[in-house]
Amino acid sequence: MKEKIIEIVNVCKSYDEKPVVKNVSLTIYKGEFVTLLGPSGCGKTTTLRMIAGFEQPTSGKVFFNGKDITELPPHKRNVNTVFQKYALFPHLNVFGNIAYGLKLKTIPDGQPFQNRKGQTVQKMRHLTKAEITEKVNRALKMVDLEDYGHRSVNSLSGGQQQRVAIARALVNEPQVLLLDEPLGALDLKMRKDMQIELMQMHKKLGITFVYVTHDQEEALTMSDKIVVMKDGQIQQIGTPTKVYDEPANAFVADFIGESNILSGTMVKDCCVNISGHTFECVDKGFKRNEPIDVIIRPEDIHIVDVADSNCLVEAEVLTCVFKGDHYQVTALTFGDERNELIIHDNVQVAVGDKIGLYIKPFDFHIMHKARLINTLEGEMYDTGVVEFCGGRFPCNSTLDEGTKVKISVDFDDVELTDDEEDGVIGATVISTIYKGSYYQCIVRTDDYYDFFVDTDYEWLINDRVGIKIAPDKILLEEVKDEQKVEV
Amino acid sequence: MNKKLKFRFSRKALAYPYMAFLILFVVVPLVMILINAFITDGNKIGFDNFVEFFSDAGGGLTVLGNSLIIGFVTTLLCLVIGYPVAYFLAKYHASNNVLVLMFILPMWVNFLIRTLSTKTIFLAMDLELGMGTVLFGMVYNYLPYMILPLHTTLVSIDKRLIEASEDLGASKGTVLVKTIFPLSLPGVVSGITMTFIPAISTFAISEILSVSKIYLFGDAINMHFSKATNSFGVGSVMSLVMLVLVIVSNLFTSLNEEEVRSVL
Repeated sequence: MKEKIIEIVNVCKSYDEKPVVKNVSLTIYKGEFVTLLGPSGCGKTTTLRMIAGFEQPTSGKVFFNGKDITELPPHKRNVNTVFQKYALFPHLNVFGNIAYGLKLKTIPDGQPFQNRKGQTVQKMRHLTKAEITEKVNRALKMVDLEDYGHRSVNSLSGGQQQRVAIARALVNEPQVLLLDEPLGALDLKMRKDMQIELMQMHKKLGITFVYVTHDQEEALTMSDKIVVMKDGQIQQIGTPTKVYDEPANAFVADFIGESNILSGTMVKDCCVNISGHTFECVDKGFKRNEPIDVIIRPEDIHIVDVADSNCLVEAEVLTCVFKGDHYQVTALTFGDERNELIIHDNVQVAVGDKIGLYIKPFDFHIMHKARLINTLEGEMYDTGVVEFCGGRFPCNSTLDEGTKVKISVDFDDVELTDDEEDGVIGATVISTIYKGSYYQCIVRTDDYYDFFVDTDYEWLINDRVGIKIAPDKILLEEVKDEQKVEV
Repeated sequence: MNKKLKFRFSRKALAYPYMAFLILFVVVPLVMILINAFITDGNKIGFDNFVEFFSDAGGGLTVLGNSLIIGFVTTLLCLVIGYPVAYFLAKYHASNNVLVLMFILPMWVNFLIRTLSTKTIFLAMDLELGMGTVLFGMVYNYLPYMILPLHTTLVSIDKRLIEASEDLGASKGTVLVKTIFPLSLPGVVSGITMTFIPAISTFAISEILSVSKIYLFGDAINMHFSKATNSFGVGSVMSLVMLVLVIVSNLFTSLNEEEVRSVL
């Protein structure tokens, strides 16, 4: 049985009422290499900072070796951090930087003894100069900077500063090393080398690493366990293979690796329908005709001859780009509803070619849809006008003023406008996922309702947009007071 | 070929009027002081003025010593009072600009008016004007010059360095001593120069707040030029000594951070 070292329980964090981390629970075991992965602003750094002690959770608890450390200041925690952009002390040389923590440390001096009052007393002492020098030199050796002790930190290259930062943290022999996007400022080649070095260090030291990054490849390469976060919430926790092969939802699939995300329906167990074509798959336990999301990795789609018996669906080649170890092909399937697919294969095809596609049954990854329709609560402002999310929308309803209503709007009935002023209310785009023939966006209104929108255009994340809904597309249902509506 | 000879109006030309002003009112007077320093009794050229000053015949050297001591005490007091102020201003800077303004506000009032009002207050309180009141006036006048550079450096300290320090085991107090203070040293040095130099060369404050009982280097120079006759020479020597002091302290500030640390 693995031993728990850090436990985060129902942690929430808000800044000025704005939630950044929402009810995150996570267990980290001794010796693990855990990566918190997600786009910027997903709360991964805040989570790490709460483990380090720089931030206090608004609610929830953080446990370290079973002890509650939620309120403990950073200097009393047995964790050390490698900061983004290193944060080395400019007034100290390399040696001084690494020795900083050691000089503050106290260790037990001799055996505990009984004092005159009969209490057991443990004398503490600082490390001697010789001990510090020895430890610092060992740390410098570990990061291959043996002769750099006297150098000023500003005279070092990015990679060297990074090594000093790692040495400065590790020299204190923490039980957990926290790394906040430590390789973000390095160039690609250096980053790859450092990834391998960090993995080797982790193996050699046997301590727990908690690593924060937005680089999915880094996460897949280095981690034992990946925690995918979005919008302050954990989307999936799993091994790299699990997260890659069995993404929990469309977001994870889209964020980790390239993928084709399509909408479909589950005809029956092991049979999925995508845009009129039926395919064999291995997923069971869905409702009959339940709308689902299907994820297919580009490398799982194989190009075959149209006449081949394996050919499941025919498609027309739109582009074919050489990528070194494979060709990246985009192809448009034939049928009533045509889907665009990305394919990685090692055959070269010409634009306009008609090709056959083959996908193995277990390469269809079927997932429940996060939501089928936008539902929210509102109130009639006037006859024919409904108020929700701080905006007044004209609607076809004869309900009286002040009536509480439940509003339902289909994904493709929400209209986004480029200019915020053109919409009834404003919103921020928080995610856009291509689904083969259309984009599915999530836009967040100013009072934190997330609208799912199906649109023909790709909306840029963080853009401000306006929201409009045609009056006949707003479906209203009166809510009796005693009836509680779940949104 | 012709084009080359033509005067071309470039942006550089905009600086010429000020250059002329500088030459006329800064460079020329400095040269005049330099010449004056070597002239005694209106016609003799020699080192007599230097001999007179450095042999302390007119008490000039003693005055310089006193001024240095007062300047030193003023600077020390400004640093001791100013550092905590600057630290808290920097800490709460984002949320309270009014606070910073409160400390800069006195600088907007003419220092003579400030000093005269201080004197009136002291007189109303029936306090004896002397060393204490002069020191008070000095600290009061020069405190903003200490706080401002300190505040600027403290505000610009990277918050992550403070976090890194805490992360490595430093308590709040240790962070202050081992990280914040060393990182604010450039501000301390420029605060000291901005306080020390004006403090030793001032004359009005000591004159007003001690009713001319306390006599500082600035007062001495002032007297040599305005009251006594035929002592332009010694006055010039004293001005030169002052100039050397200013240059030395400026060299001290312009040293880069590491050199400052090695000096301290």
